[in-house]
Parts: sequence; C-alpha cells; structure tokens
Amino acid sequence: MLPFLLRRILIAIPTILLISIFVFALQKLLPGDPLLVLAGEERDPETLAFLREKYRLNDPIWMQYLAWIGNALQGDLGTSLRTNQPVTELIAQKLPVTIQLAVMSMIFALVIGIPAGILSAVKKGTVTDYIANFVALSGLSIPNFWLGIMLILLVAVKWQLLPASGYVPLSEDFWRSITTMLMPSFVLGTALAATLMRHTRSSMLSVLSADYVRTARAKGLAERVVILKHALRNALTPIVTLTALLFGELVAGAVLTEQIFTIPGFGKLIVDAVFNRDYAVVQGVVLVTAVGFIFMNLLADALYFVLNPRLRGH
Amino acid sequence: MTDTSAPRAPLTADPVLTAKPESRVWKKFRRHKSAMVGGILVAFFVIIALAAPLLPIPDPAATDWGAVRKAPSWAHWMGTDEIGRDVMSRMIWGAQASLLAGVVSVSIAVLVGVPLGIIAGFFGGWTDAVISRCTEALLAAPFLILAIALAAFLGPSLTNAMIAIGISATPIFIRLTRGQVISIKSEDYVDSARAIGLPTKRILSRYILPNVAPPILVQATLTIATAIIAEASLSFLGLGQQPPEPSWGSMLNTAKNFLNQAPWMALWPGLSIFLVVLGFNLLGDGLRDALDPREH
Repeated sequence: MLPFLLRRILIAIPTILLISIFVFALQKLLPGDPLLVLAGEERDPETLAFLREKYRLNDPIWMQYLAWIGNALQGDLGTSLRTNQPVTELIAQKLPVTIQLAVMSMIFALVIGIPAGILSAVKKGTVTDYIANFVALSGLSIPNFWLGIMLILLVAVKWQLLPASGYVPLSEDFWRSITTMLMPSFVLGTALAATLMRHTRSSMLSVLSADYVRTARAKGLAERVVILKHALRNALTPIVTLTALLFGELVAGAVLTEQIFTIPGFGKLIVDAVFNRDYAVVQGVVLVTAVGFIFMNLLADALYFVLNPRLRGH
Repeated sequence: MTDTSAPRAPLTADPVLTAKPESRVWKKFRRHKSAMVGGILVAFFVIIALAAPLLPIPDPAATDWGAVRKAPSWAHWMGTDEIGRDVMSRMIWGAQASLLAGVVSVSIAVLVGVPLGIIAGFFGGWTDAVISRCTEALLAAPFLILAIALAAFLGPSLTNAMIAIGISATPIFIRLTRGQVISIKSEDYVDSARAIGLPTKRILSRYILPNVAPPILVQATLTIATAIIAEASLSFLGLGQQPPEPSWGSMLNTAKNFLNQAPWMALWPGLSIFLVVLGFNLLGDGLRDALDPREH
C-alpha cells in the first residue's frame, strides 16, 4: 500500500505546483498596474515604493512567483487589504464554519442518496425507480441558491420553524448551532444526494447481476440478506471514493449557500474578497481549496485501496 | 421495450434495428420519452429567447412607478418588480442571456478542449504529460470557485462570465477527448489507415474525430446545463450580466430582498433556470442512450 500511496503523492506534487502557477498568474489578468490595485486607496509614493519592493514588482515575473510560492510554503499567503489580517489567519477562522456545513450536508446527502439508490436499483423499471430517477435529476437541475431562497420563504418566513440565516458556533450553543445550519445543509446536501443516488443505483445494478449474488440467491438466502449483506457491501466501494471527492463540490456549493443564508464561512470569504478587490484573499482561498481537493483525492485513492482487497496484493 | 412475444412483431422487423445508423439514433431518441420532454423544454426556451424582440411584451427596462411590486395580474402575468418593470418581459429577455452563456461558454470549452485532448491522446509522450498535468491542476479547483476567481480578476460582465465558465469547463473536455482517442487509436481500422500510409491529418479528421464526436456531444449538452447554473450563480453574485440588463441570476439576487412583499419575483427566474437546466440534462441523458451502440 505504501508504494502505491507514495506514487500518488509524487504525482500530486507537480499538480499542486501547476495550480499555484495558475493562481499566481490570475493577478496578471488584472487590467492596469497591479501596484495600484494592491495599494488600494493608498497613493502616497512611499507606500507605493514599499509595496513595489515587498511584492518585487521590479523583478522578472518568475522571481516574483518564486518569492510568492516561497512565502506560501511557509504559511504566508499575504495580507488582506481590507482587514489587514494575514490571509492564512482569515482562512483558518472561516474554515471550521464551512466544514460544519459540509459535514452536515454530507450527512443529508448520504441519508437520502444511498437508500434511494438501493431502492431504485432493486425496483428497477418500476414506478418507484422512475420517480427516484426523476427526483434525482430534478435535484441536479435545481439551482441550489434558488432552493435556498424558496425554503427561507416557506420554512422561515411563512411557517417560522427555523431561523432564516446566521451562524452560531458549535462551542457556543450546540443545538442552536445545529438548527441554524439545518436548512443550509439540506439545500447543499440535495444536489449531492442526487449524484450519490445515481451512482449507488448503477453500482448496485452492476453488482446485482454478478455471479456471487446469483449464488447467494440460489442457496436460498432471504432477498433482504442478499441485497444488504452481499450486494451492498461491494456496491459501496466506489461510493466511498465518490464521497471523498464530493467534498470538493461541497466547498464550491458552499459559496452560494453561505451567501443566501449569510453564513460567515469560506464561501462568503471569497465572495466578499472579490467585491472588496481583496485579491490576496481570493488567491489564497483558491489555492487552499485546490490543495484541499487534491488531498481529498489522495484520501479517496487510499480508501479505495483499503476497501478493495484485490488491490492489496500488488 | 418492444413486445417480442407478440406474433405480429417478429424481431427482424424492429424498425430501430433495420434503420440506417443516423435514423436509428433518431428513432431510439424518439422512443425515449424523457429525452423528448427535455428536447421540448429546450426548444421552448430557445424559441422564446429568439422571439423576444417580436413578442408583444413591454420593454424589459421600462419602469413604472405606479406599479411597483404588483402581484401577477392580467396586465402583468408574472407581476412587476421593485421598480415596476414587467417580470415576464425580463424573464423572456433573460432567457437570451442564460442560453447565450450556456452555448458560448461550452463552445469555448469544446473548441479549446477537444483539439488539446486529441493532441494529448494521439501523440502521447511529453505533450500528453504536459497537457494532462495542466488538466489535472485545473480540475483540482472546484468549477465554480475557479469561475468566480477568473470572473473576479477579469472584471464583472456577461462576456467575462462566459469566458470564465468556458475556461473552467475546458479540462472536462480535454480529459474526455484524450481518453476516447487513446481507446480508438488502437482499433484495427486506425492501424489499417496508418498501414496504407494515410497522412496523420487525414487519420485524425476521417477516423478519430467522427468517433470521439458522440460522447463529446453528450458531454457538451450536459455541460450546457452546468454552465447555465454557473452563469446564474455568477449573475446572482453580481459577477455576470450587469443590471439593468435582465438576467435570471441577478433577478433572483434582487428578489431575495423582497421575499416577504413580492415572492413572485423569486419564483419565476428560479423556476425557469430549473426547467431549462432540467431540459438540457434530460436531453443529454437521452442522447447518451441513443448514441450508445451497445444498447438497442
């Protein structure tokens, strides 16, 4: 297992380097002098000279990149223009909020998606299957920010069951934290539930036609045992891997969900940064998200390896 | 699906199996009810978007301070917005922005991604290594985050949103095309074409491209759905179509502030995004089944 993982990690390194070059190159897309953007409202010559020195804007571009990536490797992603906080600190502050949202959404997605997928595979071609498929496709097609707005309208404004927005830290008040996050995580979870359902269905269908399932049925096992014990265990292997990969999509989905429900997380951080022209923060968020996603990929590979005994011998 | 046990329908007479390839695809597609629904949904939105200038609807930018946030009525079928503009007229004109964004950004992704994928898959070696590593790096950043970052640095406008979405979607097509080309280039007919000394350019255009086209068409249809949601998301955040130009995403952004007083403002744009995206998704799924030669 170790050599396999080592090889995956070695492949991940050039990928991370390339994404860092893309992220760095983003600032070259800015129209006009990057210095004036970096300086914000400051126009006094001394500040400009200081910034020119600090960001090595007189150096050739590859040296600027090396300086930037060197700092990034030491955990210095620059300073937010607006709050003057280090970008790393800002990210560390917002990340737990988004992780709570992501984990709760994933729970919704798993609880809805996997049973629905099993059901529709077992009842293939029946009305149940068609309904499940149609609901899943609708879940994929519905813009989740609109679903969020509609739920706020119904659940929070009309029925007044749950708070419409905001965030309470877990450490402050556990139940209030969970209930405030309930609606946003449902919204974010539904799209993933649809993806999970479709994959569980096709994975179950391919397993259900396997020889060992026929054998299990032939020896007279109850259908429930065949499905849950023999088929599901094997069908779930690719789903576990997929779940790890879907966390990346959760972070992207969180951008809009956090915007709708005014949750002060990672997604809101990037949107606010975009509007404040706080480019160091935008770059930092993209870089951290991409690196995180690459790590989830590695984790998915490792899980696949652990769960699939056939690979272990190699 | 055909009832082969019925005496009147012997297997050989199955119109799908005996038809020419092109019409076989069309017949299979037509038999696919959900795909037809998808096609009809897409066609509906394309028609209203194209016909927008001809329809007897008010100017989408015309304000009427006497009719601010009026509920749907005979005069305004979908109600009016916060400055008295006709919501239905803005919906119809907004369809143009959404469909344009979907089609243009996916065209960018296909035009850039497919040639790169063919080069990577066909020639292999270090060209492939470079292209593949770049693709992986771009795929590592979640689609929407990448699009937001690009749109932010390029500046907010519909054109830049389309470029940003197009660039973000490109790696999907590079990877798909590359995989297809690798599996096709080891087929016997490609070997024979090479053996009789056909130039590479001709092998690519005559043998490779036609065979990678079907899955790309399917992916493109499904990606239009994703791109339309992405454009609506960017416009919702204020990074796409700029007001007062109508767009479904920015209409939702405004509507969010008047949920209590004017819920219809939020209902229609979201419903339209949902229906048009559902249409493209159904169409893509149907095309996949119809173009799959293994499934009859």
